[in-house]
Amino acid sequence: MDVSTGDIDAPHSMGTTIIGVTYNGGVVLGADSRTSTGMYVANRASDKITKLTDNVYLCRSGSAADSQIVSDYVRYFLHQHTIQLGQPSTVKVAANLVRLLSYNNKNMLQTGLIIGGWDKYEGGKIYGIPLGGTILEQPFAIGGSGSSYLYGFFDQAWKEGMTQEEAEQLVVKAVSLAIARDGASGGVVRTVTINSEGVTRKFYPCDKLPLWHEELEPQNSLLDILSAGIPDPMVS
Amino acid sequence: MIREAMEMPPKGGFSFDLCKRNDMLVKKGLKEPSFLKTGTTIVGLIFKDGVILGADTRATEGPIVADKNCEKIHYMAPNIYCCGAGTAADTEAVTGTHNFCSLSRCNQHVPFYFICLFSANFILQWLFLDMVSSQLKLHRYHTGRESRVVTALSLLKSHLFSYQGYVSAALVLGGVDVTGPHLHTIYPHGSTDTLPFATMGSGSLAAMAVFESKYREGLTRDEGVKLVSEAICSGIFNDLGSGSNVDICVITQGEKEYLRNHMLPNPRTYISEKGYSFSKKTEVLRTKITPLREMVEVIEGGDAMEE
Repeated sequence: MDVSTGDIDAPHSMGTTIIGVTYNGGVVLGADSRTSTGMYVANRASDKITKLTDNVYLCRSGSAADSQIVSDYVRYFLHQHTIQLGQPSTVKVAANLVRLLSYNNKNMLQTGLIIGGWDKYEGGKIYGIPLGGTILEQPFAIGGSGSSYLYGFFDQAWKEGMTQEEAEQLVVKAVSLAIARDGASGGVVRTVTINSEGVTRKFYPCDKLPLWHEELEPQNSLLDILSAGIPDPMVS
Repeated sequence: MIREAMEMPPKGGFSFDLCKRNDMLVKKGLKEPSFLKTGTTIVGLIFKDGVILGADTRATEGPIVADKNCEKIHYMAPNIYCCGAGTAADTEAVTGTHNFCSLSRCNQHVPFYFICLFSANFILQWLFLDMVSSQLKLHRYHTGRESRVVTALSLLKSHLFSYQGYVSAALVLGGVDVTGPHLHTIYPHGSTDTLPFATMGSGSLAAMAVFESKYREGLTRDEGVKLVSEAICSGIFNDLGSGSNVDICVITQGEKEYLRNHMLPNPRTYISEKGYSFSKKTEVLRTKITPLREMVEVIEGGDAMEE
């Protein structure tokens, strides 16, 4: 009985593609929206970009439970830190808090995170914190199972000093490429742009995303394709 | 050295000390005690005025239906209810129903000494009956306010996370508070999702198929109840771990309606004409009734005490 339901008892993990990119004046964070338990998609519209403070956001990947708990703890510590400091915390502090939790509990946690934010001292910054708890300050960071398919793409497409529109387009294109090739990523693309003016959240449903090699147009029903009289719907 | 070991303060969480010995016993041929699992289809959806939760009523123990009409929609707060899938003991203990029926149901096939012998692997939580609903009640007393769904969510989530998935409870939590209607799913490892419609349990795929094709925003109460019933029926008829009847709970601002056995799509159709009573074999010779408690009459009177 359990085998036929396809492993619903598997831990809730986020296959995921997460991306963080700096541009001239801020950062853009992007993620897909698929959360899977084994072979079943538990949530097709999840939000993997969580707020830590008004100016720092976190992209989560790996075990859903672990990353949610880590983000809750860091939000709590950062809140205390902001009160004690008397001003908004820096992205560096947020990233280091995440790193301390990840590193000191490395045997028990299984989560890769990307922190992105803007502060008045350093501007837009991206920090990648993969599985073991390493902290890496990078101009762009990618993570999650879908990121394997994006290393070459970013080597070719990323450049210094992009504008906000260019950075957002790059992120959306990259996430949709990963969704096309990675089974564990899917759903919609969410982006968060953080700069000196504040935070903007954007949402790209499936029909707004570009189509790649051999991908079909979104259809309401396969019966429509068949009745439309196209010779072989499976070949573009 | 032994005394030092005994003086150590008790650590929280489960003790897995007996796991190796249990494995050895099973290899020798001893049968593991089974535990009551709720195969289950549980669903929730948000409609125009609030939240509707639905559940089937079958509790299974391996291939046997242990309870044909169990309650899976648990009370958390007057405005918050929680459906539970997974080990029956866990979901009840975590959400905190002190139902005597549930206790006896958990004990049914598992004599108490087996619990002592086979600890750890079997997540039997009835020692923690005062869980989240009691914590929420205390919180209401402390704050003087109606409980919020996110409070219940945080309490459940942190409890389940601290047990790292060994408390096998998958929950659909729904309620209406001052901030509006909320619906969340909570997984055994402690992760949560916030959704407009959700399904959990072994019948979740069947129920989700119904929701994905028919759900839309702004359903009325009757449409919502009908859709939830349809989803649960889909689980009942297409999933072996779910069955019997449909329970529904409608929660709106300021009021809730618990529709126990809202639908009974599996009535008992065959009843033997011969009857189900046992024939009398022995003749009664003498009847003697001995009261265990004697009624004692106290006569008031006498002099009152005076100084």
